[in-house]
Amino acid sequence: MLNQIAAIHGTGVLPVTNSYESIATVTVGAGGQSGVTFSSIPSTYKHLQLRFMARVTGATTLDNLTMRLNNTAGTSYTAHFLQGNGSSTSSAWILINGSELYVGRLPGANSTSGIFGVGVIDILDYQNTNKNKTVRALDGQDQNGSGEVFFHSGLFNSTNAVNEINLLNSYAQYSSFALYGIKG
Amino acid sequence: MPSTYTPIATTTLGSAQANYTFSSIPATYTDLVLIVSGRVSTVSQISLQFNSNTATNYSVTSLYGSGSAAGSGRNSNDVEMVGGFGFFDTTAVSTSIIHIMNYSNTTTFKTAIGRGNSTSHYVHAGVGLWRQTSAINTIKVFVNGGYNWSTGTTFTLYGIKAA
Repeated sequence: MLNQIAAIHGTGVLPVTNSYESIATVTVGAGGQSGVTFSSIPSTYKHLQLRFMARVTGATTLDNLTMRLNNTAGTSYTAHFLQGNGSSTSSAWILINGSELYVGRLPGANSTSGIFGVGVIDILDYQNTNKNKTVRALDGQDQNGSGEVFFHSGLFNSTNAVNEINLLNSYAQYSSFALYGIKG
Repeated sequence: MPSTYTPIATTTLGSAQANYTFSSIPATYTDLVLIVSGRVSTVSQISLQFNSNTATNYSVTSLYGSGSAAGSGRNSNDVEMVGGFGFFDTTAVSTSIIHIMNYSNTTTFKTAIGRGNSTSHYVHAGVGLWRQTSAINTIKVFVNGGYNWSTGTTFTLYGIKAA
C-alpha cells in the first residue's frame, strides 16, 4: 500500500524494484551558473521527475523557476498555478501560448541567505509522440515569516519526445537539480 | 543508470504511541521521502522535529482545502514543523507524503515540501523550513498537541540518491 501511495504522489505508476533511476545531477559551484540543461535524455523511461533545491543570483527577493523543453521557445507553453502565501490563496493563468513554463519560485540575492526554494516536477509520458506533454510541480519556499507553496501545471504544446530540459535562470551556489527516470 | 528510491526503515505500530523517531539516518542519500499512513487518538496535524532540536527554528507555509473553502496559513518561529502536511483523523485513515530535500548537506537550511490527505478534513500542501545547516540524522514524527498515533499507523522512510 505504501508503494502505491508513493507512486500516486509521483506519477500514478506503481514502482517495482529498479524502476526509479537517477539520470543526471547538476550542483552549482562557486560563482553561480547561468542556466542548467539536461540533454540527451534517454528514451528508455515512461516518466521523468526533476527534484530541485535552488535560489537565483539576481538582485531580487523571488523569481520564477523558468523551464523550456527541447530548447523550444515560440508560443509553445501554457501554464497556471494554485498558490498559498501564508494568508490567502490565489490561482491564475501564468501565460497562454508563451515561450517558457514557470515551475517554481526561488529566493534571490535579496532573500535571507541559506534559504532555497524546493520542488518536485513530473514530466509525464515524455516519450509519447501522440500526445502534447504535461508538466506538473509541487514547489515552494518558506522564509520564516514569508513564503509560498504552489501547485504548478503546464502544457508543452508539442508531440515531440522530450530529450532536453532547459532551466533558464542564473542559479546561486549550492543549487541542485536532479533528474530521475521512472520505468513503466 | 543507478536505481534509487530505497526503503531505509518502516514500522507499523502494534500499540498507540505518542511519536515515532527515525534515527541514525544514513547521510548517503540526497533527499528523504517520509510517508505516514494511519490514524490518531484526537484529530490533529502531523508534526516533525529534526535532530532532537526543540528550539524555535521551524516555520511552515501551507495551502489547504476543506471541501467548502480554500485557505493558506503560516507558522513561524515554531518549536516544530507543523501546519502544512495534513490532518489525521480518529476513524478514517489519512496520509502524508513529505519530501525532505538535500537533507545531508551542511551548508544550507533544510526545506521540506509535502502533501497531506484527510478525507474527513483537509487536503493540504505545505513547505517547511528548519533554520539549521546540520545534516538531518533523526526525524521525530508526532501529533501536534501531544496526542497519540493509533495502532496500525505506518511510518516509512525512503532515500533518493542523485547520480
